[in-house]
Amino acid sequence: MAKIVAIVKMVPDLVEELEINEAGTGLDRDWLRLIINEFDNHAIEQAILLKERDAGEVTVIAPDAEGVEDMLFTTAAKGADRMIKLAGDLEEGANNHALARAFAEAAKPYQPDLILTGVQANDDLDGPVGPLVAEYLGMPYVGYISGVTIEGNKAIVRKEYPGGLIGEMEVTLPAVLGIQAGEEPPRYVAISKVRQMMKTAEIDEQEISELNPNGGVIAKRMYLPEAAKRAEMIEGDEEEIAAKLVAIFKKAGAL
Amino acid sequence: MNQDIYVIIEHLQGQVADISYITLAAARDLAQETGGKVLGVLLGQNAQELASTLAADSILYADHPALAEFTSDAYQKTVASLIGENEPRAVLFGNTSIGADVASVLSARLSLPLVSSCVKTSGGKLTSQICGGKIMAESELAETTTLITVIPGGYKPESGQSETAPEVILFDAPALDDLRVTLKGYIEPEAGDVDISKESILIAIGRGIQTEDNIELAEELAKFLGGTVCSSRPIVDQGWLPTSRLVGKSGQTVKPKLYLALGISGAPEHVEGMAESEVIVAVNMDPNAPIFDIATYGVEFDFFDLIDPLLEQVEEAKEG
Ligand SMILES: Cc1cc2nc3c(=O)[nH]c(=O)nc-3n(C[C@H](O)[C@H](O)[C@H](O)COP(=O)(O)OP(=O)(O)OC[C@H]3O[C@@H](n4cnc5c(N)ncnc54)[C@H](O)[C@@H]3O)c2cc1C
Repeated sequence: MAKIVAIVKMVPDLVEELEINEAGTGLDRDWLRLIINEFDNHAIEQAILLKERDAGEVTVIAPDAEGVEDMLFTTAAKGADRMIKLAGDLEEGANNHALARAFAEAAKPYQPDLILTGVQANDDLDGPVGPLVAEYLGMPYVGYISGVTIEGNKAIVRKEYPGGLIGEMEVTLPAVLGIQAGEEPPRYVAISKVRQMMKTAEIDEQEISELNPNGGVIAKRMYLPEAAKRAEMIEGDEEEIAAKLVAIFKKAGAL
Repeated sequence: MNQDIYVIIEHLQGQVADISYITLAAARDLAQETGGKVLGVLLGQNAQELASTLAADSILYADHPALAEFTSDAYQKTVASLIGENEPRAVLFGNTSIGADVASVLSARLSLPLVSSCVKTSGGKLTSQICGGKIMAESELAETTTLITVIPGGYKPESGQSETAPEVILFDAPALDDLRVTLKGYIEPEAGDVDISKESILIAIGRGIQTEDNIELAEELAKFLGGTVCSSRPIVDQGWLPTSRLVGKSGQTVKPKLYLALGISGAPEHVEGMAESEVIVAVNMDPNAPIFDIATYGVEFDFFDLIDPLLEQVEEAKEG
């Protein structure tokens, strides 16, 4: 029976407009809408799939953030057995080195066979969290994974390379894997099931002993990209735009 | 610590990856600031000849059976011992399936700072692209050896290629036994029904298309334009299109005459696969979508309001 820990975090929702803080050194967190890192969502799906296939136990660990409880209850509705929220001085966010140390400390007592996390997150500036957690726990790490099978004390994983090439790797457990895509797309759960979890399931809140950011860089400046050249914007109502596009398609030889 | 810039050279199945040429170009920019040399670090078995096209002052080469093909454990150990002995100013990796498996682990193992997703290194400024290309972050080399992962966009691979082979200096890999990660073999991608890298007209769909059924609309447009439908990663991850239709970092690199991007945000991982297209037309509702920074023409509009008139007019033009 495999003990699996999924390490996940909330990240800026890129559909929203992002703003820079007054100091010009980070995102303005006041207005930030957060969603689960999509690759972490794939990691959760992979964890649940492994549990369903081989039996096992899934623990999900996430640092405190706006919306994190709803996210954790959603994972419970999907089949996670234990949800842990890491609390600490996180209002200004924390870099991945600090988070990784906290994740490693929180995961350790569960003696996981496998730790799954998203291969990257959109706000990583000091590398992804997975390989850092692996090293802090002395476990091997392999990333860009889109398939996992557990065989005894090993995991057989599919590692993605460009162009669709797959490297089949054998990894000695316990290990940390950076998930690119689960074997199935993240499952949908009905809101009613999540609501039910809010009533019955519990989130274990644990205090982070120390947020140590060493090893992460400090951005001197953050800004919205100043595009060197921006697209020529095509204006008008839908009929006018369609007509202009037809002209462009003709010029490009598509019509 | 010396002022040299190291570049970890990536190769797969006997081929140097484009990202390594790009990274060499970034390293040259950085070396101009530090006054050091650019050194390529090549790990392999009987792979010395891969050094011949690399634009570096010299190549440090380790030959070992465990380094024949990439595995994270063996690469981490070898690069860690090299950094420990030589203490270069910076070590650059591709932010790829190879580089990203090594850089972060070494940051933790050697307690060295890491800057990821760097597109530019000019003037001593490390410029990273985060949040799907919507935010730029500037940082500097730290006081110690700084680890940096590089993404495409700031340098052309040609700038990291050379006609004259650099000098190769051999170094010994550390003991590489008890490896916890081993390669069992490669699984080649299944051949698709079409090779999108050879198509001249591509209709690309992204998450903005919303449902699988809507792919039909793109198919119809493709039929009139004599093109082929391809997509961003979420569409493939949903199982709506096969991997052979994927454009970007983990899929194909395409250079069609016309690339029509429908509901694609323009994340760096997508852009690296299509930025060289001749004409790029992007339809997206978000005025800040990064795709507009690389498109030739942009349409800030709801795809679903545009598609019917567009199909009608395209059909007319086709018949007319
Ligand atoms: C290691 C790694 C490798 C990756 N490799 C690839 C790769 O090869 N290829 C790839 O594409 N991605 C790849 N990705 C994923 C990449 O990071 C992005 O997540 C992905 O490209 C986003 O796809 P998208 O633009 O379709 O979706 P989103 O980023 O969600 O964008 C959807 C867009 O649609 C717009 N939209 C929504 N509704 C409408 C509407 N009605 N009309 C018009 N516009 C609308 C939105 O404004 C938004 O801009 C990789 C990621 C990782 C971590």
